Order: sequence, then C-alpha cells, then structure tokens
Amino acid sequence: MSGLGIWNYVIFIFLMMAGLYMVISSTNLVKKIIGLNVFQTSVFFMYISFGYIDGGAGPVLAEGVTLYSNPLPHVLILTAIVVGVATTAVGLALTIRIKESFGSIEEDDLHKMDPSI
Amino acid sequence: MVLEHLIDISLLVFLAVISVALLRIKDLFAAVMIFGIYSLTSASLFMVLAAADVAFTEAAVGAGISTILMLATLSITGREEKTIERKFKLLPLLIVSITGAVLLYGIRDLPPFGDAGNPAQVHVAPRYIEQSPVETDVPNIVTSVLASYRGFDTLGEVVVIFTAGLGVALIIGRRRRLPSKKEASSHE
Repeated sequence: MSGLGIWNYVIFIFLMMAGLYMVISSTNLVKKIIGLNVFQTSVFFMYISFGYIDGGAGPVLAEGVTLYSNPLPHVLILTAIVVGVATTAVGLALTIRIKESFGSIEEDDLHKMDPSI
Repeated sequence: MVLEHLIDISLLVFLAVISVALLRIKDLFAAVMIFGIYSLTSASLFMVLAAADVAFTEAAVGAGISTILMLATLSITGREEKTIERKFKLLPLLIVSITGAVLLYGIRDLPPFGDAGNPAQVHVAPRYIEQSPVETDVPNIVTSVLASYRGFDTLGEVVVIFTAGLGVALIIGRRRRLPSKKEASSHE
C-alpha cells in the first residue's frame, strides 16, 4: 500500500486509542461517555473510507455519472450513528441517576462510598 | 484525486488534535463543546468521502442532539471534573499502546484507500447501484437501500431507539417522584 491511504488508517487507530484511553483512564463518567463516542466515530470513519472510490460521486443517481461510491457502508453507518446517540442518551441518564443517588459522578468517590462498584 | 486525499488527511489530523485536546481538558463544559467541534469536523470528513447522507446525520444527530443531551446532563451534575493529583497511570497507557500496536500491524492487510477494485466494491454494491433505479425508482441509493432492501435492519434500529427511549424514561422518570415524596414528607 502506498500514498496517503495508509495514514488514513493510522489516524483511525490513533482516534480509536484516544477514545479507549479516555474510557479507561478518566474518572468522570461524562468524560467516559465522550470517550466512548470518540471511539465509535473512528469506526464510522473506517467504514466510510472503505466505501470511498477515487473520483466516485455520492450515491445519488445523476445523468452522466458512471462511478458511484459504495452506498452500503453509508447505510450501515447511518444506522450506527443513530444507535450511538441512543446509547449515549441511556448512559447520560444513568449518570444523572448516579449523581442523584450518590452525589458524585467521579469514579473514585463512588468506589470509596461503595467498594463493590 | 490527490486533492481530496489531502483534504481528507488534513481533516483527520484536525480530528486527532481535537481528540488530544479532549483528553487533556478538565472543564467538562469545554469538553462537551470541543466534542461538538469534533462531530462537526467528522461531518465535513464524511462529506469529503462522498457520504452526504452520513454527513447530514452526523451534523444533526451527532453534533446537535448529543451535545444538547450532554449539556443537559452537565446542568444537573456540575461542570467541573474533580482535579486529582495526576498520578501517572501506567496500566491504561500500556493497554492502549499494545492494542494500538496490534491494530497497526493489521493495517498491512487492508485494501488500498479509494481503489475501485477493493473487495467491498465488487460484491453487493454494484447490484444496488444497477438495480435500485429499476426496482425502487428512488434516485438516492442510500434511501432505497435503507428503506427497501435493508428495511428490516431499519426496523431493528427503530426497536433499539424505542428501547433506549423507554430506558431513559424509566431511569429518569423515577427522579421526578423522589423529590415530590420528600417535599410531601417535609410538609407533614
């Protein structure tokens, strides 16, 4: 593989690892959810770049266009984006409940209050 | 099409820089705003990669709704992340480096970016592109695949969203009763 293409994949991996690091190392629950979102966007980028064809038009039929990019990854990622927001909403709702029950959304505070968490 | 590759790479570098900023920032309100910028930049990246529908969705749902949900959460939980003395944590960094190294090793087997002969391009997609104008008469192929060919997939998505909405209502819904009960007991 040559050219700029390989750097695409390298940056996807960088973004994915940045998200993973945020999920593992942040103690704040909202920050963890942001990390989870960064993680999943990197997967979206990878799928969309698999569907990309050099010089290909967007997958909307038009006169005189012969080369379209692949519509299938676009459909899958549309679904994934919406599902991602749904999971984010559930995560944030849980965060609000934790704040109300324990008075904190910091993981180490929660651990001190209840070592089983 | 070298220009498009250049735009693509520069947007990705932007995204990498934004993700590092997200890692380092302590103010949660600023972190949510930066995450909004991240989503909007990714929407432009999708646009460059010829995925207009995905770009719309990311801009509306990712940058719009996610940001609003997070801001609403912050209004309840407070905007400051607790600052602890940053003791250097080795284990997360180790896990992330090892996973990243393994994934980088896997890059060698990926197909070249933007090549029309990639395996993903030769199997199902040509069928959709050739037949969807005949079979569904919808000019936007993404729409016809989403609503017709993979309609059950979209039905599943709706079920997931419904479940998530139900979950949020059940989790947050209890909240409204608890303070009112407390109020009632304090009045007695």
